[in-house]
Amino acid sequence: MDYFLITTSLLKIVGMLVVVILPMVSYSVYAERRVSAFMQDRLGPNRVGPAGLFQPIADIFKLLLKEDFSPRHVNTFYYWLAPCLALVPAIITIAVVPFGSTLFGVPMVIADINVGILYVFAIASLGVYGIVLAGWASNSKYPFLGGVRSSSQMISYELSLGLAVIPVFLLVGNLRLTSVVRYQIEHGWMIAPFIGDWMNLGKWLLAIPMIISFVVFTIAVFAETNRLPFDLPEAEQELAGGYHIEYSSMKFALFFLGEYAAMISGSAVIVTLFLGGWHFPGIPDGSHGWIFGLINIAVFFAKVAALIFVFMWVRWTLPRFRYDQLMRLGWLFFFEIALVNIFLVAIIVAYSRF
Amino acid sequence: MAITVARPKLNWHERMYLPAIAAGMAITIKHFKNMILGRTKVTMQYPEEKWDSSMPEHYRGAPALVRDTDGRVRCVACQLCEFICPPRAIKIVAGEIPSTDRFAKVEKYPEEFDIDMVRCIFCGMCEEVCPEQAIFLRKDYAITGFTRDEMVHHKEKLLEIGGVMHGVVLKWNEKK
Repeated sequence: MDYFLITTSLLKIVGMLVVVILPMVSYSVYAERRVSAFMQDRLGPNRVGPAGLFQPIADIFKLLLKEDFSPRHVNTFYYWLAPCLALVPAIITIAVVPFGSTLFGVPMVIADINVGILYVFAIASLGVYGIVLAGWASNSKYPFLGGVRSSSQMISYELSLGLAVIPVFLLVGNLRLTSVVRYQIEHGWMIAPFIGDWMNLGKWLLAIPMIISFVVFTIAVFAETNRLPFDLPEAEQELAGGYHIEYSSMKFALFFLGEYAAMISGSAVIVTLFLGGWHFPGIPDGSHGWIFGLINIAVFFAKVAALIFVFMWVRWTLPRFRYDQLMRLGWLFFFEIALVNIFLVAIIVAYSRF
Repeated sequence: MAITVARPKLNWHERMYLPAIAAGMAITIKHFKNMILGRTKVTMQYPEEKWDSSMPEHYRGAPALVRDTDGRVRCVACQLCEFICPPRAIKIVAGEIPSTDRFAKVEKYPEEFDIDMVRCIFCGMCEEVCPEQAIFLRKDYAITGFTRDEMVHHKEKLLEIGGVMHGVVLKWNEKK
């Protein structure tokens, strides 16, 4: 038994979950409220603690103390299962994402498996079950419509999500997410290859399909995490809240946290694939001292936070798509763009030497 | 009759939507930036900031009883305000001033003077009708209480809100 591996892995899991992910989830709810308020010329929650910073704690107390009401007409087993299924996949996606270089010689990734990105897709698409089951088990029409919408939307966007990352792995050569980061350290970030040979035209030519790929992937992640402008499953104005109408108290909160956790893990994957992961030009990795290891982790989460801000920014700018527009966009545009993009990258890789 | 509204014909860059999306995002980030830099005017943060200082002179807040400069409660318990009060919020129990008192010729004073602030509609008719200028509408507007009983302002409370009024009613002074 490799006790060192087990101990460090457990420490990483607990540290990630308790110190990083869960506070980040609750504070992104707070940030969402503040950012949305600022964009609408309001102040947002500013009462609990300095600048409202303890608002998430107050929220959690409120939600825990609320009556947990479940209607009599629900399918109890699935009704209880659905909130867990909404939150768990979103969190365990983080397991394969390298969130730092090394700290005291320990690689800062919980599970460096060789099918990294496949694991991400496999787990992330489990998230749809949470919503579909919630819609089905609630046994009422608006949640049902929300669940159905969610499943078709996720299937449509899963496709462009998968196709959009193929160019990245065409370059990298294997599916390990740590090797994606290593590639980006050597050759520059996927969307901005500023490291190494500046004058190589092929490298900059390659950045164009990478940017397309980045945009398609990001938009698909928006759709996967049910964020506006793709929040059709919960469209308040049409479905009165969609799949979580029949939920209350902490079960409702789990859906809410699941959405934000999915946003964080989605951003983490985007950062790893396209924005250089924990790498920042000029900062060495953790083998040069533990302080750099910590800085690398901080850089990674700063990037994630910046992307989350973009998520919020988009949410409070764009209106929701109509359902047929959503499907048209997914199947007629993003799918084709991603497909053509793969060929583009393949041609560039085949004919340029760098 | 149904009217068919012609859909506008969009040209290619309008159909790409991306310029419009970028323009929209520029607008929201501008608002965000202005808020961060403190250029945006926001609503008054009520319990911390109040508009008391900019309240107009004629503001009609909670009614209150006043004392005159001699310390006498100006009210003579004539009960005109009790009669005029549209929601019947005022209740007065009159008492007699003993003949030994300095103000014996006033004859009556309010033994009890209750205004039920749950009922009061801040119309100001009591102030208008008062022949003694004894009741005034002050600028207090945040009147709260946990029970209905707490919401009744008794005489002491009314006098506390009212304070001393330096006024023109001098007919009860000894000199006259």
